[in-house]
Amino acid sequence: MKRFVGFVRKEFYHIFRDKRSLFILFGMPIAQILLFGFAITNEINNVNIAILDQANDVTSKEIINKIAASKHFSIVDIIQKESSIESIFKKGKVKAVLQFENNFGNNLIKEKQANVQVLTDATDPNMANTISNYISAILKKYQQELNKNTTIDYQIVPQSRMVYNAELKSVYMFVPGVMTVILMLVSAMMTSISITREKEQGTMEILLVSPLKPFQVIIGKVFPYIFLSVINAIVIVLLSIFVFNVPVNGSLFLLGIESVLFIITSLALGILISTISATQQTAMMISLMGLMLPTILLSGFIFPISSMPLPLQVISNIIPAKWFIIIVKGIMLKGIGIGFIFKETAILVLMTLLFIGISVKKYKIRLE
Amino acid sequence: MGISVSNITKSYGKVTALSDISFDVKPGELFGLIGPDGAGKTTLFRILTTLLIADKGQATVAGYDVLKEYKSIRNSVGYMPGRFSLYQDLTVEENLNFFATIFGTTIEENYDLVKDIYVQIEPFKTRRAGKLSGGMKQKLALSCALIHKPKVLFLDEPTTGVDPVSRKEFWEMLKRLQKKDITILVSTPYMDEAALCDRIALIQDGKILQIDTPNAIVSHFPKPLYNISANDMYGLIESLTNYKHTYSIFPFGEFVHYTDKRDTMDIERLKTYLESQNLTDIHIEKTQPTIEDTFMELAK
Repeated sequence: MKRFVGFVRKEFYHIFRDKRSLFILFGMPIAQILLFGFAITNEINNVNIAILDQANDVTSKEIINKIAASKHFSIVDIIQKESSIESIFKKGKVKAVLQFENNFGNNLIKEKQANVQVLTDATDPNMANTISNYISAILKKYQQELNKNTTIDYQIVPQSRMVYNAELKSVYMFVPGVMTVILMLVSAMMTSISITREKEQGTMEILLVSPLKPFQVIIGKVFPYIFLSVINAIVIVLLSIFVFNVPVNGSLFLLGIESVLFIITSLALGILISTISATQQTAMMISLMGLMLPTILLSGFIFPISSMPLPLQVISNIIPAKWFIIIVKGIMLKGIGIGFIFKETAILVLMTLLFIGISVKKYKIRLE
Repeated sequence: MGISVSNITKSYGKVTALSDISFDVKPGELFGLIGPDGAGKTTLFRILTTLLIADKGQATVAGYDVLKEYKSIRNSVGYMPGRFSLYQDLTVEENLNFFATIFGTTIEENYDLVKDIYVQIEPFKTRRAGKLSGGMKQKLALSCALIHKPKVLFLDEPTTGVDPVSRKEFWEMLKRLQKKDITILVSTPYMDEAALCDRIALIQDGKILQIDTPNAIVSHFPKPLYNISANDMYGLIESLTNYKHTYSIFPFGEFVHYTDKRDTMDIERLKTYLESQNLTDIHIEKTQPTIEDTFMELAK
C-alpha cells in the first residue's frame, strides 16, 4: 500500500508540474462549455424574416403585427409572389418566410381552419427549429385569444417546412455531449500519454525491474485522473446549471455515479491505447483520431444517430460515448431513474470490463 | 549467488544480438563487459534484468532463474539503464524517495549505502533531475539503483557522456560498493575503465572474445608491441601500412602501436625504412600492451 501511495504521489507531481497540460486539463472544459453554450443557445433575437401575405385581410394583418411586435423577429421584407421565396433565401437576407394562404381570414371563419406556411432556412438546423417553434407559439397564442370569446374552435395550422436540410430531426443537447467529450479526452488521452511517456523516457524499464506489480502501476496511473475527471465533471455540471440554466431533473447522485462509471470506461480505453502504442505521439494520434472523432461524430452529440446511414448506426453502438450521452440526457433532461437507463449502464460496465481484460492481457511485464 | 550465464542466444529478426554467451560472475565481484557500441551489451543486461527473454540458454541472477523467478530478481537487483531513466520533472530528493518507496524502504534505512555518492548531490536535492549535469545525473541514477540495497547491481554504460573527473569518481564509488558485498556487472566502451574491474569479458558482435582479469588479458598479447612516433602522424601510418613486415598498426594517442610479422625484428632497420619515407623525429620503443591492444588483436 505504501508503494502504491508513493507511486500515486509521483503521478500527482508529474501532473501538477506540467503547467501547460494542467491548464488545458482544466481550461478546456470551461472554454468548451462556454463556447458551445453561447454559440448553440436556444434564444433567438431580432431574426430577420419575410412575409408573403396572399390573403392580405384583417386576420393576417393582425398576426403579422403580433409577430412584428415580438422582440424575436423583425420583418425586413414583404414579398408578393411565391417565386421570390427562393431568391430571398439565397440572398441570405432572411432566415424564414411566413406565407399566408389565399383567403386566410375567410377560411378561418368559414372553415374554422386556416393554414400558414413557415419556411425556414435549415442550413443552420438549430436556428431553423427554434424559429419554427417560436412562430408556432405566436400563432397558438393568437388562436387562443380568438377562441376565448367563442365556442367555435378556430384553428390556425402552421405548416413548418425546413428548406435545405429537410430531414433535421433532433436538437442539440450540448451539455451531455461536451461532458462526454471532455471526460473522454481527459481520461483516455491523458492516461495513455502518461503511460507511454514512461516507455519513451525509459523509466518504464526501471519500473519493470522493481517489485511494483503491473496492476499497481496501472491503478496508480489512472487514480489521479479519476480525481481530475470528477472535478471536471462537477465544473461542467455547475456551469451548465448556473450559466445556462440547464435543468438537472433527475438525481445528481445518479449522475455522479454514472459519470464515474464513464470516466473509468475512458481510463480503461486509455490504458488499452497505451498498451498498443510505443510513443506519446502515437498515443495522442490514436486518442484523437480513434476516440475523439467517433465520440464527436458518431455518438449522437452533434449528428442524430437515427439519421445516419445504417452501417454508421451499427458502428455507433460500440462507441461508449453514445450510451453515456443517452444516460446523461435521460438523467438531466428527462429526470429518469436507474430503471430506465439500466441497459445503457450495463453496456458501459461490460465495455469497461472488456477493455480492462484486454489491457491486463496485453500489459507487457517485459520490454518486448 | 552472483550471476551465471550459459549459452545465451538472442536475435532480433535476422540480426543476432548475442550468440552462445556463457560466463559467471562470482559473488562480490566487479565484472566488466567491455565492447564497442552494438556489441550486445545492453541486450545481455536486459536479459539478466528479466526485461527480455533469451531465445536459448539459461541464466541465474543472485541464485534466481531469469525466466521462472523473475519476480524475485526484480526485488533484489539494482538496474541503471544506459540512457538516463529517472523522472526529469521530479527533484533529486523526490526521485530517490520514489525509488526507495517502491522498493518498500526509506532513504534513512539505507542511507549509509548511498551516503558517499549522495552527499555530492545533496546540495542540489531540490533541483529537478532534468537540470542536473551529466555527472550528477549518473550519481543520482546510481543512488536510486542502490537505495534498496540490491544484491546485484547492473550498470549499463554508466560513464558514457560523463566528464573524466566524474568518471574517475564514479569508479572509485564502485570499488567502495564492492566492499559492501554487492556483485556488480558493469559495461563500458572505454577500455581504460576495464583495468579497474576484477575480471572482464571482451565482447564483440554478440560473441565473447575473452574472459579474464585485466592483467591476464594483457599478458596474453601474442607479440612484442612497439610505440612509434614521428613528425607526421598521417605519413607514419601510411608508411607503416605499406611496410611489408607490418602485422598490425593501431593509432594510440600520439603514438602508433605496431607489431611485426617476424618473431624478432630489428628496430634500426624499421627506423631506416621510415627515414627513407621522409619522416623525421622517429622514436621507436618497446611498450606494454593495453586492453585496447588486446581487444583490437582479438577482434581482428
